[in-house]
Amino acid sequence: MEAVIKTAFPFMVITAGVVIGFQMVLMIVAYTVLAERKVLGWMQGRVGPNRVGPWGVLQPFADFLKFIFKEDITPDKSTKFVYFLAPLVALTCALMPIVVYPFGPEITSVDWSFLPMGLGEGVKALPLTIARVDVGVLFVLGITSVGVYGIMLAGWSSNSKYSLMGGLRSSAQMISYELAMGASVIGVVLLAGTLDLGGIIRAQQQSTFRWFIVPQFIGFIVFLIAAFAETNRTPFDLPEAETELVAGFHTEYSALKFALFFMAEYVNMFTVSMMCTVLFLGGWYVPGLSHVFEVGSIPYALVSHFAFIGKICAFLFLYIWVRGTLPRFRFDQLMNFGWKFLLPVALANVIVTIIVVFFLNR
Amino acid sequence: MVGTALFFLFAGFAIMCAISMVYHKNPLYSAISLVGVFISLSCIYITLAAPFIAAVQILIYAGAIMVLVVFVIMLLNLDDDTGPNRLKYLYTLGGGLGVVLLAQTFFIFYAVMRAPNVPSDQTLSAGKTLTIGQAMYTEYLLPVEIVGVLLLMAIIGSVMLARRLAQPQLEIVVERESEIRHDEQ
Repeated sequence: MEAVIKTAFPFMVITAGVVIGFQMVLMIVAYTVLAERKVLGWMQGRVGPNRVGPWGVLQPFADFLKFIFKEDITPDKSTKFVYFLAPLVALTCALMPIVVYPFGPEITSVDWSFLPMGLGEGVKALPLTIARVDVGVLFVLGITSVGVYGIMLAGWSSNSKYSLMGGLRSSAQMISYELAMGASVIGVVLLAGTLDLGGIIRAQQQSTFRWFIVPQFIGFIVFLIAAFAETNRTPFDLPEAETELVAGFHTEYSALKFALFFMAEYVNMFTVSMMCTVLFLGGWYVPGLSHVFEVGSIPYALVSHFAFIGKICAFLFLYIWVRGTLPRFRFDQLMNFGWKFLLPVALANVIVTIIVVFFLNR
Repeated sequence: MVGTALFFLFAGFAIMCAISMVYHKNPLYSAISLVGVFISLSCIYITLAAPFIAAVQILIYAGAIMVLVVFVIMLLNLDDDTGPNRLKYLYTLGGGLGVVLLAQTFFIFYAVMRAPNVPSDQTLSAGKTLTIGQAMYTEYLLPVEIVGVLLLMAIIGSVMLARRLAQPQLEIVVERESEIRHDEQ
């Protein structure tokens, strides 16, 4: 019995991490939806949702219940299996990158020997990350690029011309902007000298000026624009352009399947913001915090963690702000901008960074 | 123990996807099955402590190449009806190649059984990103460069094929083409 528990313990810890982490992310995502409606309302001189609970704080749950109780309609001539698969692929690929992000520094001050059966033996640090992968950046980019399938298959299987147009537009857009996004990340990877997300944060810890937003400002701007395009948000929301395509790839979807697409979009916003924070804004690092709390103690980890979430929320606010401000691109403008402006700028940035790093390291 | 179970899980999934890729009449289903094969292969790479290869496998094959393939299939919007089957001889060829592959597989089993059981070197860093990068840019620099030049040629070739000609040039091309067809008749 003891041996079984000892073997199963690491898996239990990881499972607990997955449950807690995903729950947290989904709660933040639910309230991002509410925040978006509120902020857009204020920007347009309205009040936004305020009926369910005080200030409308229970609105996300009301919406979710509504999605569950709606009728689930499958179009008559759709490709049934692919139609069912598409929202699952979209949400899975949106959620998967979360496992490799460091949500905070390691907690080293706790003595784990109080655990029964010697489970805490040899455990020195509790990392606030679910899985440490030393090619974290590539993992995130890869999973994000697989997420295109959800949208493409949804558009194809619905057997509707609006959906097909939305799916085609979206896949063309995501393929184009993925290149610029990848190229803008290379600069950061060169400066940090690692593909590990934790290592990239550590490389930014000397001072605020070592945050990669300073030496890689062009890379940051390119990444931000590509991130807006990757998540299909305004001003790049052509795949769902309500005015021309009704809703694009998810026109035919209803009930919980639509809710999955909706959640996938907001989870994607969250993970892209998280990537941006880790790469350019020092991740969970708070300047000067090591003078206040001891490094590795629980308050240090907590404050760092909430700083991380705060930085992400700032990016989420930027998304909403831009949505309330900018009009939509035309499709040829979008393609020209991506291929003829963004990609060359990103590549030039990579070349300059390579030269600088080469001469600095001599 | 857990590693073996995971291996059989992913290997089984890969084989299932491969079979469904070959047997589906609908090209889109075949393409999706191929994506399944790539993803399960990359899971196997992760269990073999080669995370870089795994990530690159997903990023390049599943995320870029297959997206383009699916994109083309969607654009062509192929019908379900199949054309006349003119490539019958390929069945025999494929069968022969399959037998060769099977023989190779059994040979590998045989060789592994015969080989002495050496415990794996835990300090080996063959799958690490740093090692791969160093090997690519020192020991294997020439092959990398050759592949790079090949890819560049492919890109230039596809741009040449896909570019839009200006109106006078286009007319010349069309005239020449119609002359050739006229001669053939």
